[in-house]
Amino acid sequence: MVYDVSIDGKRYRLELEREETRWHCRLNGREVEMDAVLARRDVLSVLIGGKAYEIKREHTATDMHLWVGSVRYLTELHDPRSLRGRRSATADEKGPRKLLAPMPGKVVRVLIGEEQPVEAGQSILVVEAMKMQNEIKSPKKGTVRKIVAAEGANVNAGDVLAIVE
Amino acid sequence: MRVIRACRELGIPSVAVYSDVDRASLHVRKADEAYHIGPAAAAESYLNFAKTLDVAKRSGADAIHPGYGFLSENAKFAQACGDAGVKFIGPSPASMEMMGSKTRARQQMEKAGVPFVPGTSRGLESADEAEQVAGKIGYPVMLKAAAGGGGKGMRLVHRPEQLKSALEAAQSEAERAFGDREVYIEKAIVNPRHIEMQVLADEHGNTVYLGERECSIQRRHQKVLEESPSPIVDPEMRQRMGEVAVRVATAASYTNAGTVEFLVDQDKNFYFLEMNTRLQVEHPVTELITGLDLVHLQIRIAAGEKLPFRQEDIQIRGHAIECRIYAEDPDNNYFPSPGKITLLLSPSGPGIRRDSGMYEGWTVPIDYDPLLAKLIGYGTDRPQAISRLTRALHEYFVGGIKTNISLFRRILTDVDFQAGKVDTGYLDRLLKAKPPHVQREDEEVAAIAAGIFAIMDPTSAVPANGKSSATGSAPANGIDASSWKRAARLEGLG
Repeated sequence: MVYDVSIDGKRYRLELEREETRWHCRLNGREVEMDAVLARRDVLSVLIGGKAYEIKREHTATDMHLWVGSVRYLTELHDPRSLRGRRSATADEKGPRKLLAPMPGKVVRVLIGEEQPVEAGQSILVVEAMKMQNEIKSPKKGTVRKIVAAEGANVNAGDVLAIVE
Repeated sequence: MRVIRACRELGIPSVAVYSDVDRASLHVRKADEAYHIGPAAAAESYLNFAKTLDVAKRSGADAIHPGYGFLSENAKFAQACGDAGVKFIGPSPASMEMMGSKTRARQQMEKAGVPFVPGTSRGLESADEAEQVAGKIGYPVMLKAAAGGGGKGMRLVHRPEQLKSALEAAQSEAERAFGDREVYIEKAIVNPRHIEMQVLADEHGNTVYLGERECSIQRRHQKVLEESPSPIVDPEMRQRMGEVAVRVATAASYTNAGTVEFLVDQDKNFYFLEMNTRLQVEHPVTELITGLDLVHLQIRIAAGEKLPFRQEDIQIRGHAIECRIYAEDPDNNYFPSPGKITLLLSPSGPGIRRDSGMYEGWTVPIDYDPLLAKLIGYGTDRPQAISRLTRALHEYFVGGIKTNISLFRRILTDVDFQAGKVDTGYLDRLLKAKPPHVQREDEEVAAIAAGIFAIMDPTSAVPANGKSSATGSAPANGIDASSWKRAARLEGLG
């Protein structure tokens, strides 16, 4: 199996071959041997050269995370063999990405304008709710294609705030 | 859950009440009976006397345990229970009323010769009076609401020119939060410790103290971590504080469980702050070091039994530390984080107690206080308690929502905390400091695991609109997080 994986925005090409619990992997060309067992849904027990890892998968409303021990990694996975040409807004990290409001509130500040460049993790706008300010960050490096929610707009959870390409 | 467990141990059938959003809560299926009590809004359910007493009547309940928050310190409700012939597990309405107003409590304490922070024991009538008193006791001063806590109606004033506007602000905030604009003034103690004493009194005149709890680690006046005993209280100080606490309780004709709160200055002088007329969230640390079951004792006291021990019989052994696990996002100013718990890996092992309302698959409602669980580490001494708790926090994983678990790792590994050097400003200082660097060296392991998950444990991708996940959770979006914070403030827990 071949996958394109992104961890905290860094891209990897992953090739996997399974032999019962042993996995032969090639990560960006480098070979890694590991033993992996699914302990239960969303929990993997992984052994690499004797070192033991407990890896947990977590889906939130907008992202997927993998936790290795207590450290969280933002993860995106794409199977390059799946329907090419169809651009799924969140699964395809090459295409345009929608930024969604995680909670109801008001857009109090737009930090980066349309057609401006943006880095992964950089704040694009600020949503205020309950006197708390929540910075909405870009999931990828690219360009702010469109600011959908203008300064002063009231938004509901799940509303599209901006599109980054 | 805590009360249901005690009831089951005592062979007493338990009746739970639940609002619309709590139908799937843990306590509902663990109780013997459960009754719907209204919509999510607390005012129409958990705070509603008539509905609560109606359930008591229909179920034939003999007593009501009010828990913490909601109606637990509502003297009128305690009275209504008495009028309805249902035993309220707690003190009398009169005791609650006396201690419910901080100014009234201070007046009584003055009479009982209990030391308290210099200031007024009556609400301030005017800015002039405030200026006068402040001039006498010396700046900095603290303006405080008589009717409640949690930081509402509170203002710290450093200079005379700030006093008038601070007073106006405090009064209007108190009005909004508690419906009572009464504000009084106290000398502000520099970097005080908040140390409270557990008291227990039966209905036959016996009152004892059960050791103190150090509760200085607070964020925005909400307790976050508590421990017993306090690192700075030795047996002699414990006895002095305990005897004062018993005097306070006796002056209020107090019965059942209660807590007397003190502020302690850097010279270890202690001053009466207020009394909480209910069982507190942090009671487990006291249970662990005394070996006593406080909820059992509450029920037995309410049933008319005498305390089965005297003050001399109470022994303090070992050390216990409690972490309050909240559904909050530490990376986003502790904003509430409602939603579905998709994965729960819970710790256990030696010296670990976990009082939790969470379960995997539960959707945390946003309508009430976001306390998920209490994790307590107990050991023969403080370092062992810290070590066990740190280890347990490492095992604890809550997936699907954000929690403040990472905050506790920071506190427990902090040099000042380990040395017992804490005060009520401690957590703010810690949070202002640069967070410790976390090694992120397992990206490649994560990358490979991503592929293995996709093959061995496939789920649908997160849908573009983010409205629900493949595992069919209730929508975490479209929720009014503001009602949660509002409700939590009203209840003023902890």
